[in-house]
Amino acid sequence: MKSRKLNLSSFRELGVIAMIVIIYIVVCIIEPRFFSTTSLVNILLFFPFLLIVSLGEMIEIVSRNVDMSLGAILACSGYAAGLLFKTNSDIPIAAAFIVAIALGCVLGLINGFIVTRFQIPSVIVTLGTMNIYRGVIFILGGKQIDNSVIPQSLMALSQPKESIIGIPYSVLIALLAAVLLAVFLKYFRAGREIYEIGCNPAAASLRGISNNRVQMFVFTLAGGLSGLAGMVFISRIGYMDPGAAGRGLEFTAIAAVVIGGTSMNGGVGKVTGTVLGCLLLGVIQNAISITGISGYWQEAIYGIIIVVSVIIDNLIKNRLAVSEAR
Amino acid sequence: MASYNGYFLAIKLGPIPITRERREILEKKVCLLSAQKICKSFGKNNVLKSVDFDLEAGEVHALIGENGAGKSTLLKILFGIYQPTSGDINLEGKTVRMKHPVDAIGHGIAMIHQEPSVFEDLSIAENIFTGHFENRKIKWEDLNRKASEAMQEVGLQFSPARMMKGLSVAEQQLIEIASALSSDAKIIFMDEPTASLTPGEVENLLALIDTLRKKGKTIVYISHRLEEIKAISDRITVLRDGEIVGTYQNSEITKDQIIQKMIGKEFRSGGRKKENKTFGQPFLEVEDISIPGIFEHVSFQIAKGEIMGVAGLMGAGRTEVARGIFGITPVKSGQIRIGGKEVKIESPEAAIKNKIALVPEDRQGLGLFVSEPIAFNTTFAIIDSIKKRLGYIDTKKEKKISEQYVEGLKTKCRSVSQKVGDLSGGNQQKVSLAKWISTNPDILILDEPTRGIDVGAKEEVYRLIRKLAEEGKCIMMISSELNEVVSLSDKVMVMYEGKQTGMLAKDEITDVRILSAAHDCLEEAQ
Repeated sequence: MKSRKLNLSSFRELGVIAMIVIIYIVVCIIEPRFFSTTSLVNILLFFPFLLIVSLGEMIEIVSRNVDMSLGAILACSGYAAGLLFKTNSDIPIAAAFIVAIALGCVLGLINGFIVTRFQIPSVIVTLGTMNIYRGVIFILGGKQIDNSVIPQSLMALSQPKESIIGIPYSVLIALLAAVLLAVFLKYFRAGREIYEIGCNPAAASLRGISNNRVQMFVFTLAGGLSGLAGMVFISRIGYMDPGAAGRGLEFTAIAAVVIGGTSMNGGVGKVTGTVLGCLLLGVIQNAISITGISGYWQEAIYGIIIVVSVIIDNLIKNRLAVSEAR
Repeated sequence: MASYNGYFLAIKLGPIPITRERREILEKKVCLLSAQKICKSFGKNNVLKSVDFDLEAGEVHALIGENGAGKSTLLKILFGIYQPTSGDINLEGKTVRMKHPVDAIGHGIAMIHQEPSVFEDLSIAENIFTGHFENRKIKWEDLNRKASEAMQEVGLQFSPARMMKGLSVAEQQLIEIASALSSDAKIIFMDEPTASLTPGEVENLLALIDTLRKKGKTIVYISHRLEEIKAISDRITVLRDGEIVGTYQNSEITKDQIIQKMIGKEFRSGGRKKENKTFGQPFLEVEDISIPGIFEHVSFQIAKGEIMGVAGLMGAGRTEVARGIFGITPVKSGQIRIGGKEVKIESPEAAIKNKIALVPEDRQGLGLFVSEPIAFNTTFAIIDSIKKRLGYIDTKKEKKISEQYVEGLKTKCRSVSQKVGDLSGGNQQKVSLAKWISTNPDILILDEPTRGIDVGAKEEVYRLIRKLAEEGKCIMMISSELNEVVSLSDKVMVMYEGKQTGMLAKDEITDVRILSAAHDCLEEAQ
């Protein structure tokens, strides 16, 4: 009984791993060029800023929220850091990181405040703030931050050559964020509260947990993570086009989170699942570009994978329900 | 045989003796928590009318009253779930405001709620400790060990890492109790903690309460079971229609007096004249049905007009048999015949077509749409019959039908457009019954029909069940309340761990035989 349940609940992650491996092998057979360190590094480079944003989206979904503004927060924070570099080229990267993360936190906090204060569904609120935040960028100027302004040391974070073990620092930053978040979610009371309010808000309230406080925290943390993702984004792309940066990224993030087994009903979700979800999307994205399939297919393929993974999720749930009824 | 003997204790509960130390504490009469002139109204409905209530340190204080008398509301106000319309709360002499449960918890109060409010997707350990984790950082090993200890206290033996999902209502309730006990609360509110427990579990809980009061905890205890209240409490407060009738020392008042004060009129105990009825051909015939691993080889027959009680411990498979017949989890083997014809019931829709109705145990989860009005719930299952052309709902007809049931079942409500969620437990159950009776079924399966409802409302439900039987319906009634099984049933099926361990004919129905069969030792008892 016990082992069977374990199998079923970790089946999701195994399934994603299997899909990653299968797609990788199939594409390698079709196009041997795919079987190279370069393409592996490309996959890895696709994933840092997506992973960081997805981590934020995951805690939002676990707490029964959805955040549509994370891409806009990424753009805002990245743009702010870019402006900083533009006005003063000597500014230390660490300071830019702090500014970007802090701005992300503030923008997230605004989301959280509106959602909790006026009890409006987060999808609607963040759909609105997404446009507001993008608008703010253009009030601040909105011109592209050019490659020449971005410090070399920041760009180096996304260069495999500059790293110790061949894995770019940006990937390591993303993985560190994932590990820290996983530890926080599992071993800290404040982390558990996110699951508790997501699982049963009424029960959490009866146990003395303020749903509003936890939600504010979640929005702020997700915003801060998006701020960090903004920095990683600049280091990867090398310039900052505030109109295009992170546009639609929240959808990809939601896809990665859902593929990773996080329940849209809240209360269920794992960091490992989200990491795997991002990896899978990275593999697919690279496979599409390397096999010469039209980029237009990318969205459709993402869509298919989301729907399929949700169906699988439901099948697992039903089987679990039956096996537990026994 | 220990549990077997325990069962007999549970039937004839005597008061648990007070030790000298406790008597000394109680005689000091230190007022720990008091409520003054508490009023609460929901819209026009005055639920509490200037209630004064005081709680002395170390006592077990029972609150009793009919459904809708305001017991739960009072506790919810003291716990910060509701805000009083007016009135003050004093804690150890200081006026406090309970704006949110977090305030009450901060003042050292824990509450066990009537309907379990659990986190299904989280582990048992987390369910126990949520709200009172010791530190910011969680050491799961420690916590799991403590969770196991806490579960042991309430007689459960699950792995603490197991998910909450899949536990029965009773088990969930026990986990909540374990949770309240593991917090360091000075004051524990218990709102009908025994409503979904079997006699064995109740006895376990009462022993636990005794331990708690020896440790000096103060307890407020709401229950509809007079035996429990007489056994466990020091003082008893009776509420009626939102007002306090009085507070009495347990030793100064008898059960009959309590009932009289609750109802405000003379009470007739609901015994049944055991007239010799004869029934015709069996109408519902169930032969050797099984779902492997859940229940096996269950056979019974019910004639029209007959009431079959189904007794057994929690988890014996009674609810599962009902769900099998109703097609929620269809049976894997065996035959079901209705009126002599074999039927295949693969889904609830098929069951409804065969004129079977199931009134489930878990009213809020399965039976009712709590955020919808009474009228919607009452006519939900007969929606086709109140449709006008093009599928419009005939709201006048809907209202009329619902009002008939409200009147017939004496449901207490403002109007049929009131949300079911705003009604008290007993009245919710009446709406749940109305919903299924309105389908005019031939076969009615009732799962714990009187769970969590008061003496007066129970009598009404019993009368209703008898009336339905007289109208010629086959009734299968699952119940953990021995009294009602004994007094209502024409025959009793007893189950134990998925097996049918007894089928008692009318003249064989006694407490002792039912309980023996429920523990699979019928032969020994004979």
